[in-house]
Amino acid sequence: MNGFFDLPSDLGQSWLGLVGLHLREALLPVLAGLLVSLPVAQLCVRFRWIYPPVLGIATVLYAIPSLAFFVVLIDYFGQSETTVMIPLALYSLVVLVPAIVDGVRSVPPETLAAAQAMGFGAVRRYFQVQLPLAVPAIIAGLRVATVSSISLVSVGMLIGNQGALGNMLYAAQTYGRPALAVNAVLTIGVLGMLADAALVLLRFLLTPWMPRKGAGR
Amino acid sequence: MIRIDAVTKRYPDGTVAVDRLSLEIPDRAITVLVGPSGCGKTTTLRMINRMVEPTEGSILLDGQDIRQQPVNTLRRSMGYVIQNAGLFPHRTILDNIATVPRLLGRSRRQARDRAAELMERVGLDTALAKRYPYQLSGGQQQRVGVARALAADPPVLLMDEPFSAVDPVVRKQLQDELLRIQEELGKTIVFVTHDIDEAIKLGTRVAVLRTGGRLAQYAPPAELLSAPADAFVEDFLGADRGIRRLSFFPSADLELQTAPLVRADADAGTLAARATAVPYLLVTDPDGRPLGWSEPGRLTAGAVDREQLLDYGRPFVPGTDSLRAALDGAVLSPTGWAVAVDGEGRAVGVVSQQVIGEAIRAAHGRVAERAGEAAGR
Repeated sequence: MNGFFDLPSDLGQSWLGLVGLHLREALLPVLAGLLVSLPVAQLCVRFRWIYPPVLGIATVLYAIPSLAFFVVLIDYFGQSETTVMIPLALYSLVVLVPAIVDGVRSVPPETLAAAQAMGFGAVRRYFQVQLPLAVPAIIAGLRVATVSSISLVSVGMLIGNQGALGNMLYAAQTYGRPALAVNAVLTIGVLGMLADAALVLLRFLLTPWMPRKGAGR
Repeated sequence: MIRIDAVTKRYPDGTVAVDRLSLEIPDRAITVLVGPSGCGKTTTLRMINRMVEPTEGSILLDGQDIRQQPVNTLRRSMGYVIQNAGLFPHRTILDNIATVPRLLGRSRRQARDRAAELMERVGLDTALAKRYPYQLSGGQQQRVGVARALAADPPVLLMDEPFSAVDPVVRKQLQDELLRIQEELGKTIVFVTHDIDEAIKLGTRVAVLRTGGRLAQYAPPAELLSAPADAFVEDFLGADRGIRRLSFFPSADLELQTAPLVRADADAGTLAARATAVPYLLVTDPDGRPLGWSEPGRLTAGAVDREQLLDYGRPFVPGTDSLRAALDGAVLSPTGWAVAVDGEGRAVGVVSQQVIGEAIRAAHGRVAERAGEAAGR
């Protein structure tokens, strides 16, 4: 029988298995991107002059098609998830770095002056004042990066079925089962929305200090 | 004592923010730095806790150069209040106030207990403790700012235009509150403002700075008003200098007349007896609270028409209020007499503009005498 969630055996995964794989391949790069962006953004805040070139590099990286990355990366990592995830991590920088820089810069100057005057050192000021106050901006960046990463993972199907749910698109062609493609697209869409909703919830939980009038956006 | 010794702040682009400034800031008093924008008052304040480092000169705290202790130790020993409060938006009111005690290593519990105590001291309802700053009005936030600065009980309080961004009514409340707190705590306060009236109201001593960071005059407010050092200070003090100076003359010595006081329910005999003595009578209610002025002929015993009474202006409290308040009361009253009341608002007497005028002349005489004595010594 060919149920909506029954996949051809050469995909090597159940539908749920692919969902898990897809989330991992999409979210790990965003996480890696965040870990890289935080110190990079801090440097950009500290030394204003490096921000424009950093932003330029991030934009150029974003402009490179993933296929071009794959050609280079396959030599080092083979047809693996790593090869798919590295470009995704690099793509996330173009959103995350500016989001964090803006977030950290948006801390009111009198709040920073007060922190300094009360005897906060630079490190304490970063972790206890600037970073918590940048949370809304960081999460706004994460929402864009996460959703785009979830949709971009599919490209991995081009290098030997490393595209998780995207692999179903290829299978749909091979086996003449358009339902598989519909399934893939719908599932990816729903995953994107759920991930986005999860981040909104996270922001809500992390920022009880924000005005809650007209909550949501 | 904080001693600012020939301090200059020059920025790399050549701008001089503070120019060879020397000031002795006494303990347990409010010293106000006042001046137009660009006079270096905030820069001076920020040099005291080393948020700005002087280019030349030194600052001594109780005889010791402030550079001799670690900068964050110094800052934690000085409360700092800033315009717009500068609260941490992501911390509750209680945790905002508890910030410095926490930095100094107090337990969370101790720090919060102390914070709750301070909320009461600055006149904040402790029900606000769990709120976040955005839920408070500007005036309330500023009170939190003051509480936060006081939390670690620092001997020194630096205040940088703390009340500039709130409306005039709230500002007056905050100023009165600061004076009350200062009476209780006796901190060494350095207060920066561009508002000369605020400076005169709050300052034990006032340092007027001119553009370019030079000291124009450093004196108690009464002296500033009576003897401005130069045209700049005089101009900065603005109009009504003489009237404002009366704020520093007490009204306790004014000779009050009680003859014109008459109760609304007085009988015809009393009315007739009073009528010959004075041109106007001040009618009071049975408790003695003033109702208004009347010509004696217009009063009929037992049937006082309150609508017919003349406004009695604004009463003053002898001893508590200054000659300025007394004169204001006399000027506001169409009869030219000021009404003196006790703390409960009961009329205790009236005083004419002439008598107030004599008291002002006498006060001037006493000031001149004291100045003479000081010069003779």
